[in-house]
Amino acid sequence: MLTKRIIACLDMDGGRVVKGVKFKNLRDAGDPAVCASAHARNGADEIVLLDITATSGNRHTLLDAVSLTARSLFVPFTVGGGIRQLEDAASVFEAGADKIAINSAAVRDPALIGKIAGRFGTQAVVVAIDARKVDGSFEVFVAGGRVPTGRDAIQWAREAAARGAGEILLTSMDRDGTQSGFDCELVRAVAEAVSIPVIASGGAGSARDFIEVFCDGRADAALAASIFHFGIENISDLKRELHDASVPVRWPC
Amino acid sequence: MLTRSSPGPDAAEHEGAIVIAIVDYGAGNLNSVKKAFDYLGAEVVVTDQSATVAAAEKIVLPGVGHFSSLRALDRTGLREALLQAASADKSFLGICLGMQWFFEGSEECSDLAGAAIFPGKCRQFPSSVKSPHVGWNSLAVQEGSRLLRGIAQDSFVYYTHSFHAPVDAATTAISEYGLPFAGAVERGNIFGVQFHPEKSGDVGLAILKNFCEV
Repeated sequence: MLTKRIIACLDMDGGRVVKGVKFKNLRDAGDPAVCASAHARNGADEIVLLDITATSGNRHTLLDAVSLTARSLFVPFTVGGGIRQLEDAASVFEAGADKIAINSAAVRDPALIGKIAGRFGTQAVVVAIDARKVDGSFEVFVAGGRVPTGRDAIQWAREAAARGAGEILLTSMDRDGTQSGFDCELVRAVAEAVSIPVIASGGAGSARDFIEVFCDGRADAALAASIFHFGIENISDLKRELHDASVPVRWPC
Repeated sequence: MLTRSSPGPDAAEHEGAIVIAIVDYGAGNLNSVKKAFDYLGAEVVVTDQSATVAAAEKIVLPGVGHFSSLRALDRTGLREALLQAASADKSFLGICLGMQWFFEGSEECSDLAGAAIFPGKCRQFPSSVKSPHVGWNSLAVQEGSRLLRGIAQDSFVYYTHSFHAPVDAATTAISEYGLPFAGAVERGNIFGVQFHPEKSGDVGLAILKNFCEV
């Protein structure tokens, strides 16, 4: 039986893992390669590494971190941040990523999705969408959540899927870092609109939140960062709780 | 000519003994497959040369993406080298698209012939389930598989694919997604896995280790 995935996300700044609340107030949470291996040993089904302050200046910092992290990681590994063109994606794959996540660059140039998928396969392309509720509908924001686009998140998810995205990584900016639960309304709306897997992100605080987003939100996977880094929720304990609640998970693992 | 990768941690005990050729035909990313074998201390070489494939003791045909990308095998002469290796019963592992190539073909690209080592065609999942099938699914392991030796019943492995191979006598593990499909196949020294052992944690590494040792 296909299981629901628990994904540990590492937000990286200057080669270190950090975590903020609502994209602000960053706290140091450690070395990416060490964090990634620890999460995988603990039962994470997948690791996502996002370079949140990616600029062309620290490109090699990201690639070094990807390569070190990938060396002893044998679960799927997604890398995002600062991927603006096909060549950027190619260098991240070369360094050891299995999938890339693109956000602002895909909004700016939607054809980029198809270009990367054409060369590396649709399974390697994750389109990340940061969305916030504005006047009753969900609007896409880019540039780390700073810039509104006027785009509707559900329509954008549909378009991304049609252009060759293999998965949607959907972050609720309203919930990100708050530990007040996933935005099940947003997740369900997108999950029902596309036939590709949807990864819910933003707001994880307890096992109950994961159960809700898998059952009510119809998410295929759920991603969290802060609750795993700071030991609030242990991934293997979380998976046992999900298993006990009849959510199919890779457990024991 | 056989170009060899830098030795892994246990390369000394394999020196000159095992060379696994990972076939590079331009489909996707071979790094993770190579990395997993490196981690196991196996001596691997990534190659697009028929001569290297012919000289290698074991062959891995990886691949993700569209069935049509296998056309590159026909263009480069690799197809002949791979078919010869298969008929010589050389140890041969197909991963994902590589396993699908062992079948007669795929609905994904109906004008491209597979190797027809196993009967049947790869088909799309039924519309009752989301496609692609992405994530960790459990294996119903059949008895007697050498590749899956020691792998516990219901072990989880990582899949990412839209087309699946049929279950038949050569199937050594079955997974369910809308219907039962072949997770692994085996006949003689030909082994195929639809999932990605290089991305399936300790279970996957154990399977690759078995391949090194068959």
